[in-house]
Amino acid sequence: MASSPDLLAVTGLGKTFGPGTHQKEVLRDVHFHVGYNDSLAIVGPSGCGKTTLLLMAAGLLPPTTGEIHLEGESIRGPSRKMAVVFQAYGLFPWKRVAENILLGAQFQKLHVSEEALTAIKRELDIENLDHLYPHQLSGGQRQRVALARAMLLRPSLLLLDEPFAALDLITREHLQEHLLILFKKRKFSFVIVTHNIEEAVFLGRRIVIMDPETHGIGEIIDNPNAGTTGFRTAPDYFSKNMTLRHLIEHPHEKQPLA
Amino acid sequence: MKNSRWLDYALTIIVLTILWYGASLLLGSQLLPDPLSVLGRLLHAVREEIFWEHTAVSAWRLAAALAIAFMTAVPFGLVLGSNERLDRIFAPLIYLSYPIPKIVLLPIILMLFGLGDLGKIILISLIIFFQLLITTRDAVRSLDREVVYALQSLGANRWHFYRHVVWPVALPGIFTSLRISTGTAVAVLFFVESISTSRGLGLYLIDAWGRADYTTMFVGIIALSAIGIVLYEAFDVMERRLCAWKNL
Repeated sequence: MASSPDLLAVTGLGKTFGPGTHQKEVLRDVHFHVGYNDSLAIVGPSGCGKTTLLLMAAGLLPPTTGEIHLEGESIRGPSRKMAVVFQAYGLFPWKRVAENILLGAQFQKLHVSEEALTAIKRELDIENLDHLYPHQLSGGQRQRVALARAMLLRPSLLLLDEPFAALDLITREHLQEHLLILFKKRKFSFVIVTHNIEEAVFLGRRIVIMDPETHGIGEIIDNPNAGTTGFRTAPDYFSKNMTLRHLIEHPHEKQPLA
Repeated sequence: MKNSRWLDYALTIIVLTILWYGASLLLGSQLLPDPLSVLGRLLHAVREEIFWEHTAVSAWRLAAALAIAFMTAVPFGLVLGSNERLDRIFAPLIYLSYPIPKIVLLPIILMLFGLGDLGKIILISLIIFFQLLITTRDAVRSLDREVVYALQSLGANRWHFYRHVVWPVALPGIFTSLRISTGTAVAVLFFVESISTSRGLGLYLIDAWGRADYTTMFVGIIALSAIGIVLYEAFDVMERRLCAWKNL
């Protein structure tokens, strides 16, 4: 299946927090890869190390063991080829929307044309928010601003840490579809961390299930039809939801349903 | 909002004046001059050059002390707040020296820096320094981890970190600290000016007191208070301008 070369390769990744006797192992021996124009969902209960995994992939947290490679290069810190979207939006409350959107491009000295800026704002439906501060926006608007900011960096890989978890169901589904429209049009890959089964099935062409007992990966399931906006009504969507739910609820039974 | 603020000030002044008038009737104008005669003396004083000389000297000392405290404590606080290792090194020193009443260092400072402006300015800055330092450091420490991650993921360097995150996060706290410091600074100014100086509102006030000229003494009290209020309001206006995002 993975005939295309890997964009992201994670091998033997482990993380232990704390010194000496207070050590707490969060992740152990995690392996996965992400291809080009591919999507991966990492799903698991709270506290299973999903966010830690994503932060390490983003180069924001150093791993205790293992390696992360992006296009063959070892990741030792934040890379310009990646952008991250956070659960609490990661917007700066003291900057207006217009400044927030351009901040990454400004740091990286990337030229953003007026057309590119208008296009992304139109795609994400945030055209008239420039002069507002983040706390004057709804949760959905904030996350769209964060997505626009990430998109302006033209990343090969977008990392999303529970990006829609704080949103109501309708807004969440709306934003998931926005993400897929961007994904189709802009040809990046993305890794999304979520505790929401439907979200993982809708967005991830492969789904990594974290096992909180072993601190590693419990299972990886293929979900090749995901990543299109029409998938939510496809029969496969429902069966994959059932499979995933079963695997999460019975992590050590190797025979999935369906 | 702005109008109601001025109205509040006007009403407060009216109420205070009425209370003052009542008290002066009770105590006798010998001990507590009534507001009208103080006002008369004030209108007289503002026409004299010497009054403005005293005021200018006091205002200059305060402004210089606040500026020095700001320029030393804020950068230091920003660095300590964002650098755990440095903070651990300096924390014991700060905790030990913060509770020392710096005013008791007056003789040493005057011996070191002389009886002129410098000694007074340094003593006032020293007292404000610690308050400003701790507020700034703690404001930066309260920074949300995710904000730092977000900034790093956007490719920010160390300068961007200070310029776009640490500074704006610390600014409201810095202004609060500056406003609180204003009262302390005026109090210390009065103290140092009452000891060794040839100019300043502290001297103006103490001199009038010595001559039992209570009406002029009250003019000094009003002038010193006015400087405090002007500084306080200036910091308030600056905060509303520079931290607009906080007040929406």
